[in-house]
Amino acid sequence: MTNHYIPQLSTIKEVIKHTDLEYTFRMTFDGEAKPGQFFEVSIPKYGEAPISVSGIGEGTVDFTIRRVGKVTNEIFENYVGDKFFIRGPYGNGFEIDNYKGKELVVVAGGTGLSPVRGVVDYFAHHTGEAVSTTVIAGFKSPKDVLFKDDFKFWNETINVIQTVDSAPEGYEGPVGMVTKYIPDLKFENIENTAFICVGPPVMIKFTVMEILKLGVPEKNIWVSNERKMCCGLGKCGHCKIGSTYICLDGPVFNYVDGKELID
Amino acid sequence: MGYQLSKTKADGIFHQWAKKYDIFAPMLMEGEGCFSDTDIVRYGKVEKLDDIEWNKKSDYSFKEVLLAINETLFYFTEDQTTVPKGPEKDILIFLRSCDLHAVKRLDEIYLKNGFEDFYYARVRERAKFILMGCENTCQSGFCVSMGTNKSDNYDAYIKVTEDAVYMDVKCSELNEGVCAEAMTTEEIKVADVAPDYVTENIEKVTLPKNLSNASFTKEIWQEYGARCIKCGRCNFVCPTCTCFTMQDIFYKDNEKVGERRRVWASCQIDGYTEMAGGHGFRKSQGDRMRFKVMHKIYDYEKRFGYPMCVGCGRCDDVCPEYISYSNCVNRLAKEESES
Repeated sequence: MTNHYIPQLSTIKEVIKHTDLEYTFRMTFDGEAKPGQFFEVSIPKYGEAPISVSGIGEGTVDFTIRRVGKVTNEIFENYVGDKFFIRGPYGNGFEIDNYKGKELVVVAGGTGLSPVRGVVDYFAHHTGEAVSTTVIAGFKSPKDVLFKDDFKFWNETINVIQTVDSAPEGYEGPVGMVTKYIPDLKFENIENTAFICVGPPVMIKFTVMEILKLGVPEKNIWVSNERKMCCGLGKCGHCKIGSTYICLDGPVFNYVDGKELID
Repeated sequence: MGYQLSKTKADGIFHQWAKKYDIFAPMLMEGEGCFSDTDIVRYGKVEKLDDIEWNKKSDYSFKEVLLAINETLFYFTEDQTTVPKGPEKDILIFLRSCDLHAVKRLDEIYLKNGFEDFYYARVRERAKFILMGCENTCQSGFCVSMGTNKSDNYDAYIKVTEDAVYMDVKCSELNEGVCAEAMTTEEIKVADVAPDYVTENIEKVTLPKNLSNASFTKEIWQEYGARCIKCGRCNFVCPTCTCFTMQDIFYKDNEKVGERRRVWASCQIDGYTEMAGGHGFRKSQGDRMRFKVMHKIYDYEKRFGYPMCVGCGRCDDVCPEYISYSNCVNRLAKEESES
């Protein structure tokens, strides 16, 4: 019988510093993983934290981690060659096939871009597979922008709106919440759209409200929910909402089901 | 196979079982209650039939035998992890019908909801269950309402009276010894034995049938929430509550060595939903009461097809604020019938 609680040791291959608080740790990992899935990343003594997959490479998996808690603070004390324990991947993740042939819009707030980065990147590299791809990514301020190198490439192949909530005087890029840009989106066929919305709960709520105002059917919207996934295995109960276990049934939900999830 | 045994012979059989099994049963622990000079009935390892508390309902359920209050998942020594050994002997658990129904709920979560849980499975597969009958209803239980008053999936049933002990042994391994002795002595006779069970409780509970997300706004939740002091005892006495939290500890005298544990968790206590950075859900006690009650009688059933609550009534017994879960459920049903 497999003991799913035993983590494997994984070595840091690369650390990509986005901001003072957000780094991507490229870790050794052999196996399949999908964008939107998560791992339990741990350091002995500090405990485990559920972290989304922000990238998948040959023998590696990326975790973009924001320094906000006990475990993540400790993670930031580590550099290339150091090791963490990881176990996973858990959860359903995003199904790329759901978005093929669609007018795809990805709306992400802050580190919410991590779980969906793989989806955006896929369509940025395979532009023919979606009718169009638009990413609206919001960050607190210009110094909080993540994945700057990705944005450079995405800007060339897909529509990118990279906005900040507020900016110092003289900033030339878009300023304002992600919701500000939704009413201006134009579509050939509203029925053939697909929206993905990832970020803090409040941002998801208002973004979905704006999307629905466009006349987008609920079934065309996907959201990803963050909860305290303590075990990742459907046992510990912390992530349960109603009859749904986010770790098993999610974290990605079609809005038709996602709207029923009330804490 | 049913038997009538003399008390001496029953003790002998029990003694034989104790060699092969670790036997857990409710025990009266004098002076160990929550308050000074109070007793508590809890599960412990018993050596003889007389160690078992037959009359009082156990304050805590059998679940701590299958799911330790805190359980070491593995030890860390630098880069290595070592899993502690599982139980050395097979296990016999004495329990009442409501609790035997709770085993099915624990199995549902730990063996079926996602992957099979390594730690639960390795104890569970070595466990056998001995049913204790209920001649009379307890004060707070409502097993009849929940349909958990009767069980037939026990490995053995035992009833102790003044003059004799009655057994119905279904498990062939347990039966072997009894059967062999019955051949040689008059003190063990084959008899028809059927478990005692209650057909009526003092507490009767009607489940509301039309709960939904729309029930979230009911005033009743906040009313109970206002009285709750978030101690979590209702979760810990419940035989069907299964939540835990992961916890790392390290040894003071060697900081490189430690262990990862899981410890029982309560959905009524602060921090249950709190994520790194401090964002949490269900901040009010009313919402937590709603979460718990809805899980027991609605959400679990929606996922698995039958209600989670087995009607043991322990949560009502233990609450220091006299919050009655059964009364809450009845009020929900009443509100429904009146609307």
